[in-house]
Amino acid sequence: MSHRRVVVTGLGVVCAIGTDLETFERNVFEGKSGIAPIESIDISKMRFKNAAEVKGFDSPEHFDKQQLAILKRFSQFAVAASRQAIQASGIEWNDQVAKERTAIVTATGAGGLTDLDDQYENLYRFNKTRTPPMVVPQSMPNSAASFISMETGVCGPTYTVSTACSSSNHAIGMAFHSIRSGTVDAAITGGSEMPISYTNLKAWEALRVVSTDTCRPFSRDRTGMILGEGGAVLVLEELESAKARGAEIFAEISGFGMTADAHHVTMPSLDGPVRAIRNALADAKVAPERVGYVNAHGTATTANDSMESKAINEVFGEHSANVAVSSTKSMHGHTLGAAGAIEAVATVLALHRGILPPTANFNEPDPECDIDVIKNEARETAVEAAVSNSFAFGGLNAVLVFKRYEG
Amino acid sequence: MSSEIAEKTIEVIANFKEIDKDTITLETKLKDLEMDSLDALNLVFELEEAFDIVIPDEQAFETDSVSDMVTGIETLLANKEKEAGGEEE
Repeated sequence: MSHRRVVVTGLGVVCAIGTDLETFERNVFEGKSGIAPIESIDISKMRFKNAAEVKGFDSPEHFDKQQLAILKRFSQFAVAASRQAIQASGIEWNDQVAKERTAIVTATGAGGLTDLDDQYENLYRFNKTRTPPMVVPQSMPNSAASFISMETGVCGPTYTVSTACSSSNHAIGMAFHSIRSGTVDAAITGGSEMPISYTNLKAWEALRVVSTDTCRPFSRDRTGMILGEGGAVLVLEELESAKARGAEIFAEISGFGMTADAHHVTMPSLDGPVRAIRNALADAKVAPERVGYVNAHGTATTANDSMESKAINEVFGEHSANVAVSSTKSMHGHTLGAAGAIEAVATVLALHRGILPPTANFNEPDPECDIDVIKNEARETAVEAAVSNSFAFGGLNAVLVFKRYEG
Repeated sequence: MSSEIAEKTIEVIANFKEIDKDTITLETKLKDLEMDSLDALNLVFELEEAFDIVIPDEQAFETDSVSDMVTGIETLLANKEKEAGGEEE
């Protein structure tokens, strides 16, 4: 079974730079940032004022009243993205692709935790004595995975992964390995996050890693990350099965590597990320010299960006000069548990289109980040293989490798 | 330099580090207190709580010694008093 290959046949995305694939694709290649002053909650007592919020996503347009009763915003992003991805893939479950042999693996960092502010306020402040009955199923991190299975009838392995900012890469990686190993033949996989609640924003403020300016990854004048909300989903299929049904293939997913720093809860190490990238390349059987693009974790914190640049230089050595790097977080923000999925969509589109998305808001090179950053404007370069990095608080690293698909 | 603010600052640090406050002076360097970045972050939080002030990000980690900290806190407290006075007018 080790010769089984896995391809991406469907993409869906809901984020600050697009609530559908077409809009996301246009904006991500134009370098258009979705970062703006926060509108959805009162920020008068916040020190930072900006985030990458999803605008123009009208819940009742996507879900009926009964569905909205069990889907909070973080789940709505994942379900909406899954519908887009499934439709784009044209997948239909039948004798060739069985519902029993399809997996659903979703990801979220905080799940519904960020939606509990209203309940706390009602109980503690207004002395109410009850909550609505659906708070438990609404808040559970697997809420979206369960809903997608009920909506599609897909009934293979279905679960949710939570590893902070690496959640989505872990989810996509596990789904990919399940197909390659022969456990299943297809998977619906990705992640979502809704970090814009007062409690959560205050918690991030206390960590002092969020910029009061905007997100400027790898730029010398960077001042920290910008939080974003959203979700993205990919449909993965075993290559022969996808070909047999005549599916359009966006790219091949060929490697997944994961490690732990075993070091510090917030300070990244160099060793953990380096080993994760190397593991992913070895898993993909792709030599470093064949990689032309890295979609970086690139949070725009001082610590991450200099560490990640050093990790890229260590893994690619002299070839590093030929590896173009961008952080699309400069446009869609750091969507935490959704980050790997949104960035996987950007990476797959880059391979498919032969265009590499830029790092927006870039002002000046930083000697601490001695890598080839794609500055502000997309580059028309067809690359053979691309790496997408996610490194989480708690020192958990997950890296994916994608390859251009050429029949 | 206000001895009251200095004393309170030293007390917050001593409680935070769980050490005798007599081992800390105004000249004590923060690096001598063996604080990593998370300790520094948590100490800034403790000081904000103790003095009811907001320490801006750009000031939070720029102090070198206890005396720098006390000076910074004094300035923030003075600004706070000025703002409160301004509101009353």
